[in-house]
Amino acid sequence: MVANHDIHLTVRKGTVHALVGENGAGKSTLMKILYGMQKPDEGTIAVDGEQVAFGSPADAIARGIGMVHQHFMLADNLTVLENTVLGSEKLHGIGGGARRKIKEISERYGLGVRPDVLVESLGVADRQRVEILKVLYRGARTLILDEPTAVLVPQEVDALFANLRELKSEGLAVIFISHKLGEVLSVADEITVIRRGTTVGTAVPAETTPRQLAEMMVGSELPTPETAESTVTDRPVIEVEGLTVYAAGASLGEVGEASDTAATAASGGTGTLLGDTPPGADVRRVLDDVTFTIHAGEVMGIAGVEGNGQTELIDALIGTKGADSGTLRFLGEDITPWPTRRRREHGVGYIPEDRHRQGLLLEAPLWENRILGHVTEKPNAKGFWLDPKGAQADTRRIVEEYDVRTPGIDVTAASLSGGNQQKLIVGREMSHSPKFLIAAHPTRGVDVGAQAQIWDRIREARREGLAVLLISADLDELIGLSDTLRVIYNGRLVADADPATVTPEELGSAMTGAAAGHLEHDESGAAEGATEAAPEDEAR
Amino acid sequence: MKKFDKERVLLAVAGPVIALVLAIALTSVVLLASDRNPFEPYRLMLQQASYSDVQVLIVNQASMYYIAAIAVALGFRMNLFNIGVDGQYRLAVVMTAVVGANVALPNFLQIPLLLLVAMGTGALWAGIAGALKVTRGVSEVVATIMLNSIATAVIGYVTLAHVWGVQLGNNMTTGVMRKSGWIPGIDLGADVGEIYGLVFLAILLGVAYWLVLNRTRFGFDLRATGESETAAAASGVNAKRMVFVSMVISGAVAGLAGLPLLLGDTHTYSLSFPAGLGFTAIGIALLGRNHPGGIALAALLWALLDKASPALDYATPVAYEKEIATIMQGLIVFAVVISYEAVRQWGLRRQQKRVGAELAAAALKNSEQKEAAAR
Amino acid sequence: MSTATLTKPQAKRPGRSGRRLSLPALLLVIAGVLVLTSAVRLITGADGITSTGQMSTALRLAVPIGLAGLGGLWAERAGVVNIGLEGMMILGTWFGAWAGYQWGPWTGVAFGIIGGVLGGILHAVATVTFNVNHIVSGVAINILALGTTRYLSKFTFEGVPQGSSKQSPPIDSLGTFDIPGLSSGLNTLNGKHWFLVSDLAGLVGGLITDLSPLTVIAVALVPLSWWVLWRTAFGLRLRSCGENPVAAESLGVNVYKYKYLAVLISGGFAGLGGAFLSIVASNVYLDGQTAGRGYIGLAAMIFGNWMPGGLALGAGLFGYTDSLNLRGGTTNVHALILLLAILLVFGAAYLVWRKRHVPAAATAVVAVLMFLWYVSTDDVPRQVVTATPYVVTLLVLSFSAQHLRMPKADGLPYRKGQGK
Repeated sequence: MVANHDIHLTVRKGTVHALVGENGAGKSTLMKILYGMQKPDEGTIAVDGEQVAFGSPADAIARGIGMVHQHFMLADNLTVLENTVLGSEKLHGIGGGARRKIKEISERYGLGVRPDVLVESLGVADRQRVEILKVLYRGARTLILDEPTAVLVPQEVDALFANLRELKSEGLAVIFISHKLGEVLSVADEITVIRRGTTVGTAVPAETTPRQLAEMMVGSELPTPETAESTVTDRPVIEVEGLTVYAAGASLGEVGEASDTAATAASGGTGTLLGDTPPGADVRRVLDDVTFTIHAGEVMGIAGVEGNGQTELIDALIGTKGADSGTLRFLGEDITPWPTRRRREHGVGYIPEDRHRQGLLLEAPLWENRILGHVTEKPNAKGFWLDPKGAQADTRRIVEEYDVRTPGIDVTAASLSGGNQQKLIVGREMSHSPKFLIAAHPTRGVDVGAQAQIWDRIREARREGLAVLLISADLDELIGLSDTLRVIYNGRLVADADPATVTPEELGSAMTGAAAGHLEHDESGAAEGATEAAPEDEAR
Repeated sequence: MKKFDKERVLLAVAGPVIALVLAIALTSVVLLASDRNPFEPYRLMLQQASYSDVQVLIVNQASMYYIAAIAVALGFRMNLFNIGVDGQYRLAVVMTAVVGANVALPNFLQIPLLLLVAMGTGALWAGIAGALKVTRGVSEVVATIMLNSIATAVIGYVTLAHVWGVQLGNNMTTGVMRKSGWIPGIDLGADVGEIYGLVFLAILLGVAYWLVLNRTRFGFDLRATGESETAAAASGVNAKRMVFVSMVISGAVAGLAGLPLLLGDTHTYSLSFPAGLGFTAIGIALLGRNHPGGIALAALLWALLDKASPALDYATPVAYEKEIATIMQGLIVFAVVISYEAVRQWGLRRQQKRVGAELAAAALKNSEQKEAAAR
Repeated sequence: MSTATLTKPQAKRPGRSGRRLSLPALLLVIAGVLVLTSAVRLITGADGITSTGQMSTALRLAVPIGLAGLGGLWAERAGVVNIGLEGMMILGTWFGAWAGYQWGPWTGVAFGIIGGVLGGILHAVATVTFNVNHIVSGVAINILALGTTRYLSKFTFEGVPQGSSKQSPPIDSLGTFDIPGLSSGLNTLNGKHWFLVSDLAGLVGGLITDLSPLTVIAVALVPLSWWVLWRTAFGLRLRSCGENPVAAESLGVNVYKYKYLAVLISGGFAGLGGAFLSIVASNVYLDGQTAGRGYIGLAAMIFGNWMPGGLALGAGLFGYTDSLNLRGGTTNVHALILLLAILLVFGAAYLVWRKRHVPAAATAVVAVLMFLWYVSTDDVPRQVVTATPYVVTLLVLSFSAQHLRMPKADGLPYRKGQGK
């Protein structure tokens, strides 16, 4: 698999250069190469006109490149100062000298960081500033920020952008990776778009519209619509109302307090005696008043960039983490208090997002994995007893029916490829005739052949009345499989669209927060859109 | 499929075999360094093991090791460390002895009563640690270790003369248990000895352990939680409940560990009752890889080292220090943990590669066939 | 308890924000406890609870626990759980005695440390290189150490005069010293049994009377550990390995190296504790000498929230209860029940102030029960005293485990490159 090919990127001093692209487009690989965590197979990197080769992050740091990771690399129990000087104690020592330097950097760039505060008491936005401080402390002249706004609320985003402008004005170069187009436009001087591992083009925000950018990002190829006639009935299978989940974590103090109402926590209920920064004033709602209904025979697709609440929605539906408020009804019954096992026994199927951590026991044989999740049901069990023979026989059936490529059912799940693991999971879930299926990224990391097979299975089950919640980052998949399409952004369902007529770029706009409401397909839009609309309509 | 079976068996056996070979080699080095013949002690011990009276001792000792090790293994399967088996079994023995000495029911009631008391005490003691872990997040390792010491104190109190202690000769004991609670053994003659009746309990427990873990829904959930807590939670397991229940069951089994000796031989508890069973059991469970058959072999091996080594002190023409057996036991445990981990990781990687290669070969064959057909 | 004031300055940063007491508040609490203790002593007439003899013994018994605890601290701060402290301590007792009776006590101390380090090497190899589960490796080391020392004793101590397979020949003492004038003066003051003054005299007197140089060294190691771990680059890097090794790695820290060093240092501390047991606390090696102190040291470390200052406090507490046990006088313990009851009353009041009414009620009930216990009995069974350190540990852990802050990556396996 080629992650990057033919990438051209030029960043000028004193500018903020944004790098945009969909998930899987190849941005992270590019950044890893720039930061020395990976070596390119071909191509060159030049810093300040000089060609360089990085063997490790230390080389990149020596060249003045600093990376601010999306997932912060901070030790909670250490102070800001300790986290900053770690590994570079020789620069300014670890005491007074370092403290002075940190304060100096903090003032120069308006970071507002206090050196002797424990990182664990800092909110997310402050932690990010510590990460920025870390790279500046080491003399970085080029900063790479990886999805910095993914975890910030709007006010914090504004504050961050103000910091970036400060950095820019001091002559630093900032590379800003994101897929939130709206924001990128407000802070970037130049934008480079990456799609499928290669640079698609460079644009200057002042001269480009979000629509054009979205088009560059997701391309304008259309997926092949497959549905014949609609199988959607009017029998509601799953009804979700007012589902809300508040963010837990650093900004709210101890885990034990996350169950307190957000308000108490936000007002600094930890009562610290060391005068730490109060937690973020805004309490983030990870899921915000989500309401929808899925009917029998309907596939509802939810499009959205990762991290906008999908995981929490799935957790609330399957029962692994309850929501803070809202109700769930399944076939008319209120299942909000039901534990996970009960839901699965009653016909809620689940294809988890992370098959390795949630869907499989990697070191167990396939037939035991077939039992996972359905240990109380036939053919896996008879009463209290497991029925290994029954499970094994059924596993063989699944292997054959779902074309799971494996030498046998006794090998461990870890030895199968991703696609075959996923097919096994799909087979397992379908074998219990679910009435509602939660499919989270069902074909992520799956080869094309397996992907097509899984899609077929879902369609087949839909014809027989299955209700499906499809969450995916693959727009082709969403458009091709869904009967109804919604878009989730910042925890709310912000837009809906007709899969028959919507184009990827329209979806892309909504996913990145640049559009909302009912996405009307604009017939009179770009010429491409108009001409392709016709064959679509015919197919329907 | 066949070759996978062979490979799996090989892998399963490789760990313990490597460990034993390593331990024997290191022990021999120690023997050499102490200016002793490196092979003689093994021969002497094996010779000892051929005498039937020693064999009876070995079987009896192994039965107690076995029960304790099963208790530990139950915890291990759940990724829990019940280091408290020691405190649990001793406390259970004492309470059983006290009840047995002061309550006299007919024997078909007395014996079940005693078994229940033993299991209940063990379960309670382990349950404290389990509850603390589930409700307050206290590490079960530290909690069980603390409870071990508290158990010693409780035992000390219970055996005081003004509580339930009874002076027998030079020893402070819990009094002789009523006859209805004595379990007869299999008498093999005066020269050979008696096999404890509760040896069968050990066998039963082993079978039950295997059955529950591998053939019941509960056992599946338990193993799943031990392998991957996230996958188990997604599959519907209530993790907290599982942790608590596992600790309680482990404690209940641990409580039975001292009974073969108590009900079959001493019929009272005194300070000379063997202690430290719990820690040895950890080593045995490790060596046996938490598998009932493996644990049985490990328990027998351990008991053999225990019971055959005293004779080393009296061997002619040259005497050996019997403590070499203890060193060997320690070396086995250490070698075991390292070799199992190394073999496990190697095995996983190998299997992944093999399956990948097999599938690639199959795919190649497929496409070749297609090409041939197309032509 | 009362030995707290002798411990060196608490770390300026208690290791976590939130419910921990700041230094002035803590000192106030300690002062309050002291006053209360004095009052109870006068009421009950149990002068033994703060006599110089008692304090002196308490210190002597606290040292090995504290050293073991420090050993645990160094290892866990780097992310490695060291249950094998008991085994490393056993090695320390043995090697200390073996070298001690032949070549003098100070050589014995050196060898004791080496013995502990040997155990540390085994643990480091198993956990850092092979990624064996930390607890399993620790238990294995304990078993191995026991077997090894028993075997070696047969070869070394058995044939020697005054030695046997379970005991080494006697070792020369390291000597003890007093502070002339002050020691005897404080002792007299203590003998006067005056309110508070005598107690303080007993406390301070006990700490400077009959001191072994090794005790002084051990006590000095507490602030030294704090200083190295929190004030040097080495210590910072070591701690980062226990908090977030992936972050440390991303900043160029060689995590394997620091973990290894930490475990070796940990073994050294445990070995020193063992040597103290066989050379100072007694003058021979005895089979089973450690009596679980390795584990109690771990408990002291947890009690102290993984900080040297708190650890010393915990070790002091355990040493004190240990010495109560040793120096007879169940009347002393009996008196302490009254003290405990009064403390619980204060505790209940504090909980009410914090608006936690249910726990306050529970505490009040326990306080009443303790009071009744005191009033209705004349002394306590000895076993209560022996069990006290462990019960206290469990209680402390239960109430604060969710607020204690152990190093975040403690006990977790680490592989280089796993962050990518």
